[in-house]
Amino acid sequence: MADAQTAQPDIPRRDFLYIATGAFGAVGTAAALWPFINQMNPAANVRALAKTEVDVSAIEEGMAIKTIWQSKPVFVKRLTAAEIAEAEKVDVATLRDKQTVAERMPVKRGWLVNLGVCTHLGCVPLGAGQGEPKGDYGGFFCPCHGSHYDPLGRIRRGPAPLNLEIPPYTFKSDTVIEIG
Amino acid sequence: MSFPWAEQYEPKSPFMKWLDSRLPLPRLVFNAVGPGYPVPRNLNFFYNFGVLAGFALLVQIITGIVLAMHYSAHIDTAFASIEHIMRDVNQGWLIRYLHMNGASFFFIVVYVHIFRGLYYGSYKAPREIVWMLGVVILLLMMATAFMGYVLPWGQMSFWGAQVITSLFSAIPLVGEPIRQWLVGGFAPDNATITRFFSLHYVLPFVILGVVILKVWALHIPGSTNPTGIDVKGPQDTLPFHPYFTAKDFFTLTLYLIAFVAVSFFIPNALGHPDNYIPANPLSTPEHIVPEWYLLPFYAILRAFTVDLLFVPAKLWGVIAMFASILLLLFLPWLDTSRVRSANYRPVYRIFFWLLVVDVLVLGYVGAMPAEEPYVRIGQLATMYYFAHFLIILPIVSAVEKPLPLPNSIAEAVLGKSAAQVAAAPSGGVVAQPAE
Repeated sequence: MADAQTAQPDIPRRDFLYIATGAFGAVGTAAALWPFINQMNPAANVRALAKTEVDVSAIEEGMAIKTIWQSKPVFVKRLTAAEIAEAEKVDVATLRDKQTVAERMPVKRGWLVNLGVCTHLGCVPLGAGQGEPKGDYGGFFCPCHGSHYDPLGRIRRGPAPLNLEIPPYTFKSDTVIEIG
Repeated sequence: MSFPWAEQYEPKSPFMKWLDSRLPLPRLVFNAVGPGYPVPRNLNFFYNFGVLAGFALLVQIITGIVLAMHYSAHIDTAFASIEHIMRDVNQGWLIRYLHMNGASFFFIVVYVHIFRGLYYGSYKAPREIVWMLGVVILLLMMATAFMGYVLPWGQMSFWGAQVITSLFSAIPLVGEPIRQWLVGGFAPDNATITRFFSLHYVLPFVILGVVILKVWALHIPGSTNPTGIDVKGPQDTLPFHPYFTAKDFFTLTLYLIAFVAVSFFIPNALGHPDNYIPANPLSTPEHIVPEWYLLPFYAILRAFTVDLLFVPAKLWGVIAMFASILLLLFLPWLDTSRVRSANYRPVYRIFFWLLVVDVLVLGYVGAMPAEEPYVRIGQLATMYYFAHFLIILPIVSAVEKPLPLPNSIAEAVLGKSAAQVAAAPSGGVVAQPAE
């Protein structure tokens, strides 16, 4: 009994040692684990933000081309006046992802640059190439799960949550666009 | 553990005695799949699919190890190395076709095995963990099969990888970083194919580990049986060997005939021709479909087309798809009926078959393009799938009046009088149930 009583004051000291050892071990394990998790993130060569220049001199009104930026497809499209007029009539409040005509063409009116990556699950929507189906709204149509986009790349129907993403880009001259 | 009347292992030769006291491996085999493991005598052929699934896993591991000797995990050479296996490697075509169709046959026997469990209530106490480990195996199988399908780097490989990894981008805030972490870039690329190869190689061994845990957990209470009632005495069981080993070899023979017939004569029937086109990141195939065994879940993913309760349609689809499998983990507690076998549950039996039809409809819709009427049919079938487990099953369990159960397995098999003879201490008739 006497032993048990003298041992009592030791218990908080023991607890502290257990907790400190455990915490030290947990932090160390987490630190050791991190490189094994982080190695799966995009490597430096992938991360390096490559810029892409696109010559758009050959694009007529109503035409589009496909190019690649950061290993993702990009559509560069020149809209017709009729398509723009039609798009102006749409009430932005009724859209799933509310973007105006000006917001879709922030750099130059008439020129739409957006990623050819469906915001649902990443397929390449059809509609940029000649003779491809353009969907019920005359823009782009994703064949994987049936998302319909309008000529400005805005989601109108189907499972995709957002409009086609607009990458950062500038016009370096009247005929060359730099993406990135 | 085993029943008290199980045969005991007794090493005869001096060497086996010496070994038994040092490394009792023969004892382990004897008690696990030999005469030392008593099994309900009334098992039907549907109970053979677990062994078939184990065999299918071994076929995948052996053919896979061999294929890895010739395959090259690089976006520039992967597709060509598959053609090299098909054309140049000695019997490479055979080994690859066995691996391709082996995956399909693995899923066929596993799906039969799962529905057998659903019909006979195999998931109920005391076998909940056996069932849950099975769900874990199913998830691991799906991940492994998906990554294997990416390796040839054909059109379906690439776009399958793009679609499935994009599922994770539906998660709010951290979704896109997770997707990039999974593929190691902004889109599937070389970093994706190398990691998928590494994981595709190792996961089957993880599955093997879970299979061992599952067999261990199963051998605590032993197998269920078509009556669903518990084993009560020696007259209800037969030793695993030779009775069930012989029966398993019989079905294994039938399985092998079907497996090699498909692999030899229609090796590409279950695959998609687009995967013989090299991957092109700029052109999505007209109609992306996963392998047939994932179609029902793909249909559930696509069933959500409108935003609900501030959650985007995309996230709903992803949640529903994962939930449709994770739901099975809770099945032992959703079905509260104390009767296991659907043979004695007239109402549950009807809904079981409706679920089978529903899953087949989902599979059919998953293979069809995303347009009407398939979208609406898929939505209704998805709704029914969840209703079955979350609404119908608990209600049926509560209100159903089960049929009277037999008193014992022996009575169900042999009839009342013979069962009494069998139960008698002198019962030499146990080994001759045919009389």
